[in-house]
Amino acid sequence: MFTKLNLVWIVAGRELRDQMRDWRVLAPMAILVFCFPLLMNEFAKQTVDFLNQYNANLILERLVPFSIMIIGFFPITVSLVVALESFVGEKERGTIEPLLSSPLEDWQLYFGKLLVGVATPLIASYLSIGLYMLLAMRQELNMPPPLIMFQLLLLTGAHAFLMVSAAIVISVQSTSVKAANLLASFIVIPVAILMQGEAVMLFWGNEQVLWLAIAGVTIIALLLIRVGIAHFHREYLLGREIDVVNVRWIWRTFWSSFIGGATSLKEWYGRVLGSALRRAVPAMLVLLLVSGVSVWLGYDWIMKNAAQAIKMASPEDIASITERVQEVPDLRTFSESISAPFLFLNNSRAVLFIFALGTVSFSVLGVLLYMVNIGLIGGLFGLFQLIGLNAWPLFIAGVLPHGVFELPALLIGSAAMLYFGANMVTPQVGKSMGEVILELLADWTKIFLGLVLPLLAIAALIETYITPSLLIAALQ
Amino acid sequence: MIETHDLSKQFHDFWAVDGVNLSVQSGQILALLGQNGAGKTTTVRMLTALLSPTRGWARVAGYDVVKNGRDVRASIGVLTEQHGLYMRMSANEYLEFFGQVYELSPQLRKSRSNQLLEYFGLAEAAHRRIGEYSKGMRQKLALARAMMHDPGVLLLDEPTSAMDPESARLVRDEIARLKSSKRTVVICSHNLVEVEELADQIGIIYRGKILTLGTLEELKLRVLGAPEYEVKFAQDWDSSRLELPAGVELLARTANSVQVRVERPQASNLEILNRLSAMSAPVMALQEQPRTLEQVYLKVMAEAKGYANVH
Repeated sequence: MFTKLNLVWIVAGRELRDQMRDWRVLAPMAILVFCFPLLMNEFAKQTVDFLNQYNANLILERLVPFSIMIIGFFPITVSLVVALESFVGEKERGTIEPLLSSPLEDWQLYFGKLLVGVATPLIASYLSIGLYMLLAMRQELNMPPPLIMFQLLLLTGAHAFLMVSAAIVISVQSTSVKAANLLASFIVIPVAILMQGEAVMLFWGNEQVLWLAIAGVTIIALLLIRVGIAHFHREYLLGREIDVVNVRWIWRTFWSSFIGGATSLKEWYGRVLGSALRRAVPAMLVLLLVSGVSVWLGYDWIMKNAAQAIKMASPEDIASITERVQEVPDLRTFSESISAPFLFLNNSRAVLFIFALGTVSFSVLGVLLYMVNIGLIGGLFGLFQLIGLNAWPLFIAGVLPHGVFELPALLIGSAAMLYFGANMVTPQVGKSMGEVILELLADWTKIFLGLVLPLLAIAALIETYITPSLLIAALQ
Repeated sequence: MIETHDLSKQFHDFWAVDGVNLSVQSGQILALLGQNGAGKTTTVRMLTALLSPTRGWARVAGYDVVKNGRDVRASIGVLTEQHGLYMRMSANEYLEFFGQVYELSPQLRKSRSNQLLEYFGLAEAAHRRIGEYSKGMRQKLALARAMMHDPGVLLLDEPTSAMDPESARLVRDEIARLKSSKRTVVICSHNLVEVEELADQIGIIYRGKILTLGTLEELKLRVLGAPEYEVKFAQDWDSSRLELPAGVELLARTANSVQVRVERPQASNLEILNRLSAMSAPVMALQEQPRTLEQVYLKVMAEAKGYANVH
């Protein structure tokens, strides 16, 4: 095992030495590492003077941690070029073939590159942070407590890990350095947005929330590494020579997988859709389990938090809530105020949104959104219990009739998304990443068009025309 | 050794290599000839276990290229079309790196590296950055890398393409030495003179198919027909009285020469000379007409293109 790991180190060592001799990498990194903390320090000084005029203590207290987060981020974006170049750069320079022809195994090559890709930005980031800390201490700014400091360093590491993992996936799949650099925006921009969220957590949240952010970013990074290794094929690395969007091939691959050789709608439903559903069965079982957990979490959260909120609410707040409850449309005229097409489109959009979030996060965010949707049922149960109502008759009359169709549609649609994400991180022998994505997309489309949409259509009709009458009966 | 059966590779709708059968024993050199894009590199990449065959199989150094890819790669040395050198490294560092990748001991790495750099005349430049090397020096260093771990099988793409005549001679001598030390060598080359000098077997590949494969003599016989000889006379002599033995075809006749095609030279040439002697012909020389690999190659390609155009 040590010998095998040693080869990872050898690949990384060569790459690192090579990068450290390239002034195009070194110069911008050095400028950022040494100049940015100085700029940030100057900015902090001005901000402190300004904030002191308004006694904005919270912002003052969190200024240094926030600055550390920003300072850590910039060197990563610049040194990302090391990871982006790792495979495609070698391919362009013609140095990849001797490496691929050597006895190095795929994972040794991949982790060797990953190690350098992560180490370079981390060294730059930590140097930059260290320098800023020295300057901030001289300014006698409020320094973060050790735990927050530790979390910030971890978070910076997780950012580097996430961005580099994504950059290496791009490097393996790109056909030119130019294309890889263009695609890098899809890493930098989402991480910049993520950091804005983290900054909000930092200012108004607590350490617990930061731990969650660290865990979330690390999980996505690990999944990206898994995706990278799953789709690392020496053959495709050498085979792809030029960037050409082959629309005909894309359409043909998708369509042949979507149709699956069926000659009639009946055959398509029976054989093609049937087999796509069978493939998604494990994902359905997992989501069934997740559903149970979500309902319990929703119930538990309401029982713990809503009761306290009700106790703490002022008479004005309670009056406002009552007023809003009265604004709920009259159930007898429900079909006039909310139409079946509206419900159908709304629910379809929810399934599509779950899929969209799932595809960009290897199912993680999609599953979280599914959990929120299902968790609402548990929450409603809890809420009814808190206000002294028996939830079961309401559930049976108000949710179950259309829920019999809507909930399975949500479960199956989300399971198709989970199946998509899980297969993205699973090695697929003899298929390029493009083929895998197109076939998975075809499977998801089959399930969405063939089953989810019809179920949602039936659910919308029942919810509009049947559920209100049943609910009125139950309430009476 | 290398063995392939029906080795084929398809990219989308295109067969880059189609049904290649090869058998190259230890101590043999196979040369693959063909136009650019004929399928030579794809064949070599399958033998290197970089591309997996769509159909058929290949065994290199006793290992299956699909099942034992790592073992195959550990047993071969590859000189790729592009040299694949790291320009910011020195030759010493470069060979040291690949020595580590092939898991050679530090002593062996040092001795092999010194030996190869010395042989290829790179010892003095061993500490210079590769980026400062000439094209020929780079080619030699790439070849040194391919030989660093002393592999049993070598796959060499254009081994002397960028070299001056002196360096090319050095490399050809080294390839000949590899052959005598029982290594198996596959060369892809456009240098037909070099191939004639080195190769035991020659395969001409066109649109992924091996059109013809064999020794140089076999190819000449198969493609150009039986060998041609010219009898030269010291002075003008009427050769019309000469009756040619069976299996000898008259090609041309001049006042002082006769050109013939001979099916079985060992038997027929002596008979021709005996008959001429009996007729007191002033024979000055009986010599084989030189027939080059270039003629073989051009004829094979012309026939293949003609066939491809018809079909």
